[in-house]
Amino acid sequence: MPTIRFTSALSRFFPDLGQTALPGSTVAELLQGAETQFPGLRRYLLDDQGALRQHVNIFVNGERIQDRDRLSDALAERDEVFILQALSGG
Amino acid sequence: MANTILLGTRKGLVVYRRKANRWKVDRVHFTGFPVTLADRDEQGSWWALLDHGHWGCKLHRSDDEGETWTEFAGPAFSEGDETKPGKPATVKYLWAFAAGGATYPNRIWVGTEPGGLFLSEDRGATFSLVRSLWDYPGRAEQWFGGGRDDAGIHSILVDPRDNDHIHIGISCAGVFSSPDSGKTWQVKNKGLRADFLPDPDTEVGHDPHLLVRSQQHPDVLWQQNHCGIFRSTDNGNNWQEISQTDGPARFGFAIAADPADPLAAWVVPADSDAIRVAMELALCVSSTHGGGRTWVAHRDGLPQVQAFDIAYRHALDYRNGELVFGTTTGNCYHSANRGAQWTCLHSNLPMIHSVRFV
Repeated sequence: MPTIRFTSALSRFFPDLGQTALPGSTVAELLQGAETQFPGLRRYLLDDQGALRQHVNIFVNGERIQDRDRLSDALAERDEVFILQALSGG
Repeated sequence: MANTILLGTRKGLVVYRRKANRWKVDRVHFTGFPVTLADRDEQGSWWALLDHGHWGCKLHRSDDEGETWTEFAGPAFSEGDETKPGKPATVKYLWAFAAGGATYPNRIWVGTEPGGLFLSEDRGATFSLVRSLWDYPGRAEQWFGGGRDDAGIHSILVDPRDNDHIHIGISCAGVFSSPDSGKTWQVKNKGLRADFLPDPDTEVGHDPHLLVRSQQHPDVLWQQNHCGIFRSTDNGNNWQEISQTDGPARFGFAIAADPADPLAAWVVPADSDAIRVAMELALCVSSTHGGGRTWVAHRDGLPQVQAFDIAYRHALDYRNGELVFGTTTGNCYHSANRGAQWTCLHSNLPMIHSVRFV
């Protein structure tokens, strides 16, 4: 199963968040699984239309995902997914 | 007498308590996060509307004056909703809050940018978009952002005589009212001017910065508008301009009305649309006790040199003879005598979005 890691900034809202192996053949499916484990997480990451929020980034094996709207980027068994916030604000 | 003030700031919710006749910071909640608006409902619950930036907007409620908070997902548009054709709608900012009134104790209204009005019938647990307003003819074409990217709803007034009757303020579209809890809508911009449009008398496209009511005289409404100060004595059917012609009470964002005196209101003047600082860098609060026929500028206790402060629209409040306002440069001022004299409560806060006596 792919593994998913999160920026530590999210632990303020989800204290139990940690590296987790979850099933999913796309980023969207992976996040659906993460939502089951951490209810409310998707609304932190995705906007009303299900697109990745403007200042959130998802990397798969170090590469930024291509499809920010539908999160259709495919995942393989050993892929590592990292969710980070973009640098912004002041 | 209110002994608590809630300040929604760019870096958290600051709670002041009055003890032994002195206001002091009691607690800070949501440290580091922008609180766009904080208020109290009629059941005594506190509400905080947050804009996390990275993580979106969240709504929090406390039933024990801040000891514990419950987070709600808050308003959201549905898949397929569009701000304009081809532009997906997603909540960017929670900009207005109102409790439903005595008839509807579980009801909460929230206004957003883009210009959605959302209704909760379960004290914030779930919200639904008021579809009749979102689908109002001309919204996508005639509403537009004023200072923000998209049009937003910043004012929601629930008529104390009839809690089904609501007024909303939209920047930019104007004032709309609904007699039936949002099922149908009427435009209430008669008498307003939109000097920034080719046709200043346009039906829709006005920029009310804030809409307030003289609560014990419910037909009296006030608005600080982009193009002046306006008052209505017939529940918003007609507006009369009451801007000061020979003084500072003209441009600004915030306005507060005396619930008991339908002739009394306060504003925090800014220089102008083009120069958004205190007029001549000297901060004042202007009051009228004549329904806007005359204005008095109060400066005692307020900085009169190098004051860059302006007050955002939700950052002025009145309660029982007391006033409090917060500024964009992090100053908070209090008056115990209807604005005649002021004391600085705090001078190094973050940018202040809202203030409320609770």
